[in-house]
Amino acid sequence: MLDALDILLQANFWAATIRIATPLIFGVLGALLCERAGVLNLGIEGIFVAGAMSGWLAVYLGLPLWGGVLVAALVGAGFGLVHGVLTVPLGLSQHVTGIGVTLLATSAAYFGYRVAFPNVGTPPRIEPFPPLDVPVIGNLPFIGPIVGQQTAFTVLAFACVILVAFVLARTPLGLALRAVGDNPEAVEAQGLSVVGLRMGAVMAGSALMALGGAFLTLSAFNAFYFGMINGRGWVCIALTVFASWRPGKALVGALLFGALDAYQLRLQTITGGAVPSQIFLMLPYIFSIAALVLVARRADYPRALMKPYFKGQR
Amino acid sequence: MIRFVPRERTPLWLTIAVPVGSGLAALLLTALPLALSGAPILDAFRLMALGAAGSGFALAETLTRATPLIFTGLAAAVAFRAKLWNIGAEGQLYAGALATVALGAGLIEAPAYVLLPLVLLAGALAGAALLLVPVLFKSRFGADEVVVTLLMNFIVLLFVQMMIEGPMKDEMALGWPQSAPVLDEATLPKLFTGLRLHWGLVIAVAAAVLLHVLISRTVWGFRIRAVGENARAARYAGLPVGRSLALVGLLSGGLAGLAGASEVAGLKGYLTSDLSPGFGYAGIVVATLANLSPLGVVPSAIFIAAVFVGADSMSRAIGVSNYLADLVVAFALLSVLIGGLLTRFRLVLVRREAA
Repeated sequence: MLDALDILLQANFWAATIRIATPLIFGVLGALLCERAGVLNLGIEGIFVAGAMSGWLAVYLGLPLWGGVLVAALVGAGFGLVHGVLTVPLGLSQHVTGIGVTLLATSAAYFGYRVAFPNVGTPPRIEPFPPLDVPVIGNLPFIGPIVGQQTAFTVLAFACVILVAFVLARTPLGLALRAVGDNPEAVEAQGLSVVGLRMGAVMAGSALMALGGAFLTLSAFNAFYFGMINGRGWVCIALTVFASWRPGKALVGALLFGALDAYQLRLQTITGGAVPSQIFLMLPYIFSIAALVLVARRADYPRALMKPYFKGQR
Repeated sequence: MIRFVPRERTPLWLTIAVPVGSGLAALLLTALPLALSGAPILDAFRLMALGAAGSGFALAETLTRATPLIFTGLAAAVAFRAKLWNIGAEGQLYAGALATVALGAGLIEAPAYVLLPLVLLAGALAGAALLLVPVLFKSRFGADEVVVTLLMNFIVLLFVQMMIEGPMKDEMALGWPQSAPVLDEATLPKLFTGLRLHWGLVIAVAAAVLLHVLISRTVWGFRIRAVGENARAARYAGLPVGRSLALVGLLSGGLAGLAGASEVAGLKGYLTSDLSPGFGYAGIVVATLANLSPLGVVPSAIFIAAVFVGADSMSRAIGVSNYLADLVVAFALLSVLIGGLLTRFRLVLVRREAA
């Protein structure tokens, strides 16, 4: 029992928490940006896969690490463009289109990987982002080792939280984005383009989602594996509701999830096989469902979420 | 500029031309990644066609692959009709397979005419029960069923792995995590000797016909359609919306569960954690391609199955990854979504008046 509490005092545990949370921070930010503008993006799972694969491949082919990050973001924005065109001007079902984008992005990534590496036994590797070397803070007890295990990619995630929060809350663009997800008629009446705003939000959000995937192959691991996303994208959709579509709460939700996931991984080793490992592996998914059910009643969905807007139609 | 004008009714030729055209468009779009991979495009398509329908054996393989897709396609069609977004057919399929193995692998001994219907029914019930959870969460707590059904897929698969590595593991299987095989009395007979095609196909087609009758000819079907078109209006009209959604959940989950039951009882004989290569997700494509019509699900499932079987065979012959099939399927889904606009709207060219 004491062992189970002892985990919380290990710097390793908190370092792992942040590492597990980082891709989710990107994913939830991306999902909330799309949804704040009124578009549900179920392409997220596939965009994670495509971002993980394309960012990694770019670095493998010789681009610097930040070049890989940029490639992943562009690929993500590209799939966002597909999702956006089909759901915004054409007004097609956001559910089915999103599933279609996930199928397309996933199979494109897998097919591309197989074309590039027809028969490899062990996945080829790259040199991932190095751990941070921060002066002063790096030497602090407890905090030092936690920060020292993170990479610059994680810093980017935290910076994105601040950026998205600032843009949404403090800028005219953010006001327009929030309005387009609540009351597109009002936006149109102001002479702004509903289609343009929504397309922009979906593309930017999808780019963020792809960064979540790229973090896995460029920072957390150093190779691309089939099935490495394993539902992380869907978890982000649940966490977005949990976070009430707010960037700050998104950060909290992702960190909470990261802590639970890191905790169950360590609990597995303590129980030493007495409990089947699958029970622990189920926990993150069960937590996500529980979080969703818990907040669903008072969830304040963007009012125009999943409602296509056609000019001149009421 | 072009304007979309809603159609009063869709001409019959369009309802057939749109899915067929979308399938062709998907194949055409796939030529691009094929070309990028450096494969001979025409050869690849020829090998795919031969592999899917070039011989009696190939055709039987395609129909064998179509069987679970008909079930999962129907599961998606009936749910989407009522705007119940069940994306959890994959998990429900595994729940059905698990129930079939649990009862059929020796727990109950009975003659085939008792045991076979029993294990199939158990499979359907397991799938239905699984979908009732998110339906309940939706109606009680307002939790979005899309995310819940999606996440449950992962939970069910982990549960299946736990069972076949633990209590249900076949000790005779040389360490592979798989369940014990189902008894002969719990096995669906083959349709022809020497081919893998089994009676599951007949049940699947019968299910499609029954579902068609249910949806288009009965009061339950009317309620399902009414709830899907406008749930609020249906409620004002005094229709039992909650009960209708529960019925849809039972039907959809049950059909997906049958997909798993039929795969175990008709094809594989035992349960592994790779029983389904995404049949649940492909069912969504099948249903959308069929414009959510139960009868349309049958040809649309055969088309998707042909793509998979053809791509496997082409991949063995010239070494192009069979993930190509998944690309075709994804392109087909997106194409038919766009094509669906043509069935609902007329495109009218409007000349801008000179100011």
